[in-house]
Amino acid sequence: MYHKTVPYRIFNVINTVLLAAIALICIIPLVHVLAISFSAKSAADGNLVGLWPVQFTTIAYEKTINNPIFLHSLWVSVERTVLGTIGILLVACLAAYPLSKENAQFQGRSVYSWVFVFTMIFNGGLVPFYIVIQRIGLMDSFWVLVIPGLVNVWLIILLMNFFRGIPKELEEAALIDGSGYFGILWRVYLPVSLPALATLGLFAMVWHWNSWFDGLLYLSSKEDYPLASFMQTVIVSRDMSSMNFSKIEFEMLSQKTINAAQIFIGALPILIVYPFLQKYFVKGLVMGSVKE
Amino acid sequence: MRYLKRTWPFHLMLLPALALLIVFNYVPLGGIVMAFQDYKPWLRISGSEWIGLDNFRLLFEREDSLQVIWNTLVIAVFKIILNLLTPLTFAILLNEVRQKYLTRSIQTMVYLPHFLSWVILGGILVEFLSSDGGFVNRVLHSLFGVKPIFFLGDGDWFRFTVVVSDVWKEFGYNTIVFLAALAGINPSLYEAAEMDGASRWAQTKHITIPSLIPMAIVVGTLSLGNILNAGFDQIFNLYNSLVIHKGDIIDTFVYRTAIQEGQFGFATAVGLFKSVVSMILIVISYRLAYKLANYRVF
Repeated sequence: MYHKTVPYRIFNVINTVLLAAIALICIIPLVHVLAISFSAKSAADGNLVGLWPVQFTTIAYEKTINNPIFLHSLWVSVERTVLGTIGILLVACLAAYPLSKENAQFQGRSVYSWVFVFTMIFNGGLVPFYIVIQRIGLMDSFWVLVIPGLVNVWLIILLMNFFRGIPKELEEAALIDGSGYFGILWRVYLPVSLPALATLGLFAMVWHWNSWFDGLLYLSSKEDYPLASFMQTVIVSRDMSSMNFSKIEFEMLSQKTINAAQIFIGALPILIVYPFLQKYFVKGLVMGSVKE
Repeated sequence: MRYLKRTWPFHLMLLPALALLIVFNYVPLGGIVMAFQDYKPWLRISGSEWIGLDNFRLLFEREDSLQVIWNTLVIAVFKIILNLLTPLTFAILLNEVRQKYLTRSIQTMVYLPHFLSWVILGGILVEFLSSDGGFVNRVLHSLFGVKPIFFLGDGDWFRFTVVVSDVWKEFGYNTIVFLAALAGINPSLYEAAEMDGASRWAQTKHITIPSLIPMAIVVGTLSLGNILNAGFDQIFNLYNSLVIHKGDIIDTFVYRTAIQEGQFGFATAVGLFKSVVSMILIVISYRLAYKLANYRVF
């Protein structure tokens, strides 16, 4: 009964305090930035803000929300996330179903598998990819944010492994009833895979929302940027030219508080779906690892 | 013919993914020839001059590219080791916390940074770690009287910050696989040890840690493929001209030489060098993971 021994109890108290401290360290930077975003210019610029707003104000949010470029980039992000996620799920369902078949039922499956897996272990690098995007005319188009990301081999493997866990009898019964494979995928496999699809959808959404490099690389006009790319230029590269400040506003607003507000708005959608993410991603990880 | 008659729907279903893979993954492989050319955009691939292995010779002769390879290795190796050991230790310690609500709250907090992008976290860390009155420096000063530390403005501190902040972002998420392995341990092992009067430390040493070793081997070997991956997103959003000497990595170097300086042939060669080495390591590591821990992905 080690639970009752004195040394174990001492260990347990120290351990719990230590882990709680580590957990706090994981969120303190976020809390700090949130506090800055609601603080006044003088407090933020004077480094007086800790984990709680000083001289509470929402002016940084008001300015951010009223910036047309910011709003437009928010809209671009929403568009790419919705269209991209739907597209990824569609392509993944169609590809994962045949790949989940046994070699005996679908000869050629292993050839296809290799075509998919090879792309995970080797790629041509940044420059050839850039040139291809240029040549096929995706440069400066909204679709460059959606189309190149449609095939996500990792998610396809995840879904394939899930499909393999579905009893074959379901498919066999449907085949006897005269269903085709498209019908089986639509009416048998997808309805029982909704939790898996939710997991995949969340992964795809987070990936799209967070993607910033494609916008930076393939879109030349800042007006077309998705939010993540816009934030990269404003926050990290400190390029304030797109912010349209008047002289008075410059005196009232601090770059720090504006940045903090933008960071928080950019992270907000992730924070909102986070409870669902936490519920599903553990399943997703377990789903992906098949032991044979 | 009968084969096609039976399986045509499968081929049709794979068509969209296959077409996209060909355009975005296989056609670019043809662009690899640029690595052997003095590529000029206006001459295109067909008209650019062939220079054989000159770009690769340059890669191993230029001082900056050698420094970049070294930076990448240093940062990546530290990340690989700490991203294995930290989650492993954290999972074992978290497993000792018996109060369910505490475990769950701790998990909620440590998983969170994984889901935020390096753009967001870069913005947060630049503010948080600022040498000019940033939160961390203020705390260190008031507690220990330390002079401001240039976390992102000094080369050695930058490497340290990059490794630590990457572990900070990912360790929680990486804990999940180990927690799953811990949940899979047969409770009767602990009960039997208890009967024999084994202390909790003895149980940890002889039951818990040995049960985690297969998963640790899998995670460790599979991360071998990342040895030239020091984290583009992170470095790109944190580095600046002050730390470029010790903080520049292969991926950021490729981006700058290609997109900003227009040395397409050379950049392609550097990228190809990375891709080939990574592929060899990935293949070896999957073989190893299969041999050592019977792990298969596909």
